[in-house]
Order: sequence, then structure tokens, then C-alpha cells
Amino acid sequence: MKYLQSIGEYFLMLKGIFGRMTKRSVLSNLIFKEIDELIIGSLGIVAFLSFFIGAVVALQTALNLNNPLIPKSLIAFAARQSIILEFSPTFISIIMAGKVGSFITSSIGSMRVTEQIDALEVMGINSLNYLVFPKIIAMLTYPFVIAISMFLGILGAYTAAVMGGFVAPDIFVQGLQEDFDAYHLFYAFFKTFLFAMILATIPSYHGYYMKGGSLEVGKASTTSFVWTSVVIIITNYIVTQLLLS
Amino acid sequence: MIEVKGLHKSFGEEHILKGIDFVFDTGKTNLVIGQSGSGKSVLMKCMLGLFTPEKGTIEYDGKAYSTFTDEQKRELRQEIGMLFQGGALFDSMTVEENVMFPLRMFTKKRKRELKERVDEVLERVNLNDSGKKYPAEISGGMQKRVAIARAIVNRPKYLFCDEPNSGLDPHTATVIDNLIHELTVEYDITTVVITHDMNSLLEIGEKIAFLKDGVLAWTGDKSQIFKTDDQTVTDFVYSSDLFKKVKEAQRQGL
Repeated sequence: MKYLQSIGEYFLMLKGIFGRMTKRSVLSNLIFKEIDELIIGSLGIVAFLSFFIGAVVALQTALNLNNPLIPKSLIAFAARQSIILEFSPTFISIIMAGKVGSFITSSIGSMRVTEQIDALEVMGINSLNYLVFPKIIAMLTYPFVIAISMFLGILGAYTAAVMGGFVAPDIFVQGLQEDFDAYHLFYAFFKTFLFAMILATIPSYHGYYMKGGSLEVGKASTTSFVWTSVVIIITNYIVTQLLLS
Repeated sequence: MIEVKGLHKSFGEEHILKGIDFVFDTGKTNLVIGQSGSGKSVLMKCMLGLFTPEKGTIEYDGKAYSTFTDEQKRELRQEIGMLFQGGALFDSMTVEENVMFPLRMFTKKRKRELKERVDEVLERVNLNDSGKKYPAEISGGMQKRVAIARAIVNRPKYLFCDEPNSGLDPHTATVIDNLIHELTVEYDITTVVITHDMNSLLEIGEKIAFLKDGVLAWTGDKSQIFKTDDQTVTDFVYSSDLFKKVKEAQRQGL
């Protein structure tokens, strides 16, 4: 019953976000600020993780390729498929649920605790629109982060495979191009877009509707991470079933 | 003027406000006092439109709030200044940006005009040198003054203050009380102050509503509250050791 109530509250929140709009000039500043905090601020960790996970995927594949009948180009093929289809869109989104999601929940939750949200409401401002809408718009640029992650993941795989002496550069490039299906990119970016909306709204919900003091802000951040991850994983399964099976 | 008529508000089985009738006068500091849990904050939140009462009306200058359209409610809220208990300043903004915020949201003035008005208001609350600081970099008393500056920057018709002295030392509390009173007279605002601070009563209690268990138990002003024979009021007022001793000294003719 409590979960049903939360789901209902979440959808009412979504309706509220697109209610009365904040003044455009104020909103545009907020959007740039959110892009800086949520997107630009995450590029470092995304780049680091993508490069090294890409490298490890290539290493693991290379180290497990003992059969001489299997072509070495498979290292690049496996790295490309795993990075584009799952690692970059899904795994990075789970990490972003921890980084960006917790940040969103704690910042909105702190505003709730210190009556800043009440202050916005008393002034006649639609606090949901003011606080959450800029985050949604900022997260529309999230697919660019995933594109960078894909590029760096494959670069990491190339570096590990070629520099480690497991495969020649031309064979690696040939493996990258093997059986390439552009539809996979559409699938990856489609689900990235859905994950972006999940990353912007579920943590906002947990922050906006939290009750209590600073201890509860911490609890709300943890709950927000758990639920954002769960919803991302379930959405990933449904989208994969619908688009790829 | 704000008039509250027969106001009732419950949360589940708990009946918080049990028919409050009171007129908050313009140009006066109207105090709502009472023990914790007496319904002061609920009354204020009903007046602000944050809670919807089950029965009764709240009239702003003769117009019932319940009959307002969404647009009228929004317009009314722009005429309301609010001083929250903790200040409720936006952490991510400087003092100047906090004070400028209502102007940026609701006016189409140029940046220079906004800056002039902000400087004027900050000077009025004696904070002209703190404009570039963040709320975390200034003291609690200064934060309250910034919150007052933000509340009055748009020249409101109504000012609500929720326990403006909480967490402040007696001297700073007096400064804040006097500032609220001076601004009420200067801007001719209807000011509603929720408090249980006896010093505030003495300083600025021009019109007082005493709530007990959700009922309006007594009304009067600061000169009457210390003379009343009403037991519920005297129990509340003289619950402080200091006031008890003052009363004892008066009785003994000291």
C-alpha cells in the first residue's frame, strides 16, 4: 500500500513539475548551473571508469581466448558490444545514481529540512518546477556523457589489447567494425534517455517528499540510490526485451 | 488587515484549531502566543494557504482566501513576506542574491534597479557590507536580518514571522523584534508574529492572541497581559522564572 502511494505521489510530482513555469530568464540560469553540476561535474569519474573498464574487458577476453581457431579480432568485437550495449548506458547510469542521484536527493532534502522549499512556495513559486525541471533539462545532455564513455571505453580496450601485445592494431580495428549494427546504437541511446529521466526524477522525489532532519537526508539519499538503481535495472530489462529480442 | 473567522483544522483524529476568530490589524505587530502544540504554527500555515482549513474563512482585506482563483492566490503570495524560524535562506546564493531573489522572480526591472533596491534594503537592516557573503559565513542574527530584508524587498502588504527570535541571544533578539516593529510601521504592513518569547511580548506586542489547545483563550495587548487575572494566561506568562520573580518583587513592593 505504501509503495502504491509512493508511485502515485511520484506521478503527481511529475505533473507538478510541468505545472506553472518559472520565469524563463531565471530558469535558463538554473539549467546551465545544473548542467555544470550534474553533467560536467561527472565527466571525470565517467572518463576514468570507462577507460579502465574498457581495458579490463579487453584483457579478460584476450586472456580467455585460448583456442587458436577463434580470431583475435573477437577481443575488439566483444569489447565494442559489451561497452555499447550494456557497460556505458547501464553500468555508468548505476554509478550516476550514486553520484548524481545522491547529490540531487541530499540537496533538495536539505532545502526541505531548512524550510527553503516552504519559502519558495510562500513566495508563490512552483517549487517542483523551480527545483526539478532544470535537472530534467540538464539530464537531456546525459547521452553525450554516455557517448564519451563509449569512446573512452573502446579506447581503453584498444590500449590494453594493443599495448599489451594481445592483438595487432589493424586486427583490433577490423574487429571493431565486424557485424556493426547501427540499431544497437539507437537501442543504447534510447535507454540512456530513459535512464536520464529516471536519474533526474526519482532522486528528486526522494528529496522533495522527505520528512525529518539531517539524519533523514542521509537515509533518503541511500533509499534514493537503491530505488534509482532498481528502476534502471528493471527498465533496462524491459527495453532490451522490447527492442532486441 | 487579515481576519480569521471560525477557523477549524484537524489532522486525522486530532483537532488542532477549534474555531479561531481574530482580526490582525494593519500597521500593527500582531502576536500569536501559546505553548508548543497550541496550534500557532498551524494557524499561520492556514493563513499562508499551506494548509486548507475544514471550516471557517481567512479574509485578506475583506476578500475570502477560499474564493481566490489560482492566479489571485499567486498574486496574494507575492504580497506576502515571510520570515522563517531558521531564516530559510538559499545556501547556494550570496546575501545579495537571496535578497534580490523575489525581485528577480516577480519584477521586470533592470539589474541596476534591482541592485539599488537590494542595497537600500540591506542598508535598512544594517547589513551593507555583507552582500557578497554566503549565509554560512554570517551569524544567526545576521541571517535573520537577511531573511527580513528578503521578506520586505518586494514591499509586501503582509509580513509573517515564525518564531523570529529562536536561537538568538537576548540582545540580538531585541534588535530583530525592534526591526520587525519599525518595518511594520514604516511600510504600514499587517505583521503576524508567532512566538513564545516573553521579551517579544514586552517589546512589540501591540495586539496579542493567546492560543491554548487550539482555542483563542485571550486577546489584548502588552500592557494588559501582565495585569490580567485570566489564569490560563498568567500560568503561561509566569511560567518563566524571571517573570515569576518580577511578579513576586512587585507584590512585595520592591
